[in-house]
Amino acid sequence: MPASDFQTVIGLEVHAQLLTRSKIFCGCSTEFGGEPNAHTCPVCLGFPGVLPALNQRVVELAVRTGLALGSTIRRKSVFARKNYFYPDLPKGYQISQYELPVCEGGGVDVTVGGVERRIRLVRIHIEEDAGKNVHDVSPDGSSGVDLNRAGVPLLEIVSEPDLRSVDEAIEYLRSLRAILMTLGVNDGNLQEGSFRCDANVSVMRKGAERYGTRCEIKNMNSFRFLRAAIDYEVRRQVELVEGGGKVEQETRLFDPDRGETRSMRSKEEAHDYRYFPEPDLPPLVVDDAFVERIRRELPELPRARARRYQDALGLSAYDAGLLVAERAVAEFFDATLAAYGKSPEAAKRVANWMNGEVARLANERGEAPAAWKLTPATLAAVLRLADAGTLGGQGAKQVVEELFASGGEPEAILRAKGLAQVSDEGAIEAAVEKVLAASPAEVERYRGGNKKLMGFFVGQVMKELKGKGNPAVVNALLGKKLGG
Amino acid sequence: MSRAPSDLTALSLREAGAGIAARALSSRELVEASLARIAATDAKVGAFLAVAADRARAAAVAADARAAKGERRSEIDGVPVAVKDLFATKGLATTAGSRILEGFVPPYDAAVVERLEGAGAVLVGKLNMDEFAMGSSNENSAYRPCANPWDLSRTPGGSSGGSAAALAARQVHGTLGTDTGGSIRLPASFCGVVGVKPTYGRVSRYGVIAFASSLDQVGPLARTVEDAALLLGKIAGHDPRDMTSSTREVDDYLETLEAGARGLRLGIPREWFQGGLDAGVERSVRAALATYEKLGAKLVEISLPHSKYGIAAYYLIAPAEASSNLARYDGVRFGLRAGARGLRETYAETREQGFGAETKRRIMLGTYALSSGYYDAYYLRAQKVRTLIRRDFDEAFRSCDVVAGPVAPSVAFRLGERTRDPLQMYLADVFTITCNLAALPGLSVPCGLHAESGMPVGFQLVGRPFDEATLLRAARALERELPPLPAPALGAEVR
Repeated sequence: MPASDFQTVIGLEVHAQLLTRSKIFCGCSTEFGGEPNAHTCPVCLGFPGVLPALNQRVVELAVRTGLALGSTIRRKSVFARKNYFYPDLPKGYQISQYELPVCEGGGVDVTVGGVERRIRLVRIHIEEDAGKNVHDVSPDGSSGVDLNRAGVPLLEIVSEPDLRSVDEAIEYLRSLRAILMTLGVNDGNLQEGSFRCDANVSVMRKGAERYGTRCEIKNMNSFRFLRAAIDYEVRRQVELVEGGGKVEQETRLFDPDRGETRSMRSKEEAHDYRYFPEPDLPPLVVDDAFVERIRRELPELPRARARRYQDALGLSAYDAGLLVAERAVAEFFDATLAAYGKSPEAAKRVANWMNGEVARLANERGEAPAAWKLTPATLAAVLRLADAGTLGGQGAKQVVEELFASGGEPEAILRAKGLAQVSDEGAIEAAVEKVLAASPAEVERYRGGNKKLMGFFVGQVMKELKGKGNPAVVNALLGKKLGG
Repeated sequence: MSRAPSDLTALSLREAGAGIAARALSSRELVEASLARIAATDAKVGAFLAVAADRARAAAVAADARAAKGERRSEIDGVPVAVKDLFATKGLATTAGSRILEGFVPPYDAAVVERLEGAGAVLVGKLNMDEFAMGSSNENSAYRPCANPWDLSRTPGGSSGGSAAALAARQVHGTLGTDTGGSIRLPASFCGVVGVKPTYGRVSRYGVIAFASSLDQVGPLARTVEDAALLLGKIAGHDPRDMTSSTREVDDYLETLEAGARGLRLGIPREWFQGGLDAGVERSVRAALATYEKLGAKLVEISLPHSKYGIAAYYLIAPAEASSNLARYDGVRFGLRAGARGLRETYAETREQGFGAETKRRIMLGTYALSSGYYDAYYLRAQKVRTLIRRDFDEAFRSCDVVAGPVAPSVAFRLGERTRDPLQMYLADVFTITCNLAALPGLSVPCGLHAESGMPVGFQLVGRPFDEATLLRAARALERELPPLPAPALGAEVR
């Protein structure tokens, strides 16, 4: 039976670090990196007698996320201890939420292959991050523990097993990531692990009523690895089932070097976490006024923004989608429109530039919008210069490239680099006459009916004008001189 | 100024503080007298795990300097006190009575230590206790036994045994302990001193090494009710570092202290006088009740029908929380680390060597009670019982202002008598444990000496949430009527 007879079923658990300055239960910095254990104190080191004091900002960001994703905000949620031993877990338990999480339900809309689907969420809960073990750093072979990350606040966002392909899984993650970044609750950085995900993957024969046995896949810190891991895992499970075997419920680790998943621990070896309500923290109570205030302050979300771009500005779904994927890019776009013009034509023109030349340069230079030297005002100025005929297409691109590299004023760049387009009729007429005088044979053939030669004349005139001739004027004068 | 040190050590906290205020005596004199008394008696008593003589002397010099400039921080500025070794003390070893914390020097002070020292009190040392506050006789201390100053062959009670014994032995003028199931009130009762277990949330637990977080509460022990009120006033109040601490304003406990018992309604729980209560203890307690009647209080019979499940519920909830609280003692960051090779071996060996038998027993009990498949039947059900016990009290407080009865079924038992039978040991807390489960304030005040043994008997009062003021007032009313207890045998012997 071919793989196409199987249906993939995926559920994702996303761990997103909340953008707070201090940790969830103490005043230590959440800054990434730093000397090992530089950002620690007795509380996040789990010293005897210390107690957790909840960072209220965490509650605000969790509620903001829940509201944006359409979740129900529990007015009373409960922290719980998840108990297990590991050197990177200083207290021997992680403070998390279990039976009563802060948010329940909700969903993320995704569009794959033109089909829109809502991926439902089970829950969103608050928890603290663990530290990390550091191996191979000591000459005597001992390992170290870095607790800088211990106590950094996380949201765990758990989807229903609603995803039916790796493409949907990736689209869901991209959408969720864009939403979290728009909300200002997460920086979306997969490499540094501030946005990470585990996948529950199973396969079943098409039309089957019950899901197959799932495996949990860990350690995928890029979209590429996620795709590779899920693809591998689906293939592994299908082959197993086809070979008459059974998928065992287990936790598997993705090995990016080999591009495969391998067993980490079986169901039998799974921890009994002995959850119970955290006695050091009273139940988390949020009142209606708090929730309503946060609801009022919600920013426009990517999908709503994309819809607005389509409805009000007439952009294509494709263009709108590209613009809203990153909040800073969308804001750059909006600011450019404000400086340039808000007609559908203007929007289309700015969108083409943003998704074309600007995106290309940003990619090439690996720069986030915050680092761009190009500004909405200078981009708008370039477009106006092009509209006025002062800059040609090539010239505009060169000016934008220069703005990207060094910033500055478009007109100054255009003067310094001599990029101004020649629109002066006298200059162009002189060039046209020179070209026609030098090519009597071609003029003859053109007048004899070979109209295709127009391209040749335009090319020659442009060459004469060093590429800076205004194409409209060149065409018009050539037509006139050649007798149309 | 020449004064016999024994005169100084016999002073109450209030008197010692007043002496400094009047410039009649100095903090240095008090501290030297205290240190001398400890040196003379503690080999027998064993109340201290560590004496911080240099630190105390330096603090005394500073206190005297403040007194000289008229800048005393409070009425207890300069007076020697000591705290249970469960409280973190910056720069001073803190063991929780356990081998696993041997050599651990906290880089922070417990909130209550900050408050006491902030009020100028001089910390002279750390007091003996049952390991991680688990025990009723102080015999679970990993370091040394502690004896009852009234009879050295008997236990001082636990787990704050050192906190009560140090007062009875006149070593310091006030102490702090913690009470999870009776750990302040039982030793106070056994040693003939006053002990207060405040309402859960009245005093910050920050820096107090956790045993059972939802039950633990810090409280004062003292030789008089007034001293206990004075100390409680110093340590009570909200602390943002402890989210379970209450923001409620702290009453002025001294202001109402002498208001008497007239019109007070004392609820007498039927269940506390049934089977198991020693006849001599009952006589003393009933005599105290008669005294209250004479003072114009009213006795009301009440019922706490679910209190019989108290011990069972407690021994699920407390070990469950303890099993989690004690997970951090893994040999990775502080305290003992066994020299094993692998990670698992290091965990196992460290905990095997570092924890005593009772601690291990409770870790196992608690781990079991929280295990998947058993949680509902044990932990969750125990929490439901806890709610029922609280309702019993709420109901009782409709007809009375305080609940009154014995602290313990017996006077201090003999060292070694119950160490082989944990259940017998657990029963010492049968009357105190419900107060913790219900998160209510409780107090132990001496109500005379036991006729047969000559040992002190404690009288217990339990109050409405945050009504420590009424407990202290009621206890003071009784104290005023009774003749003061004689000095314990040890005191007489050494003097």
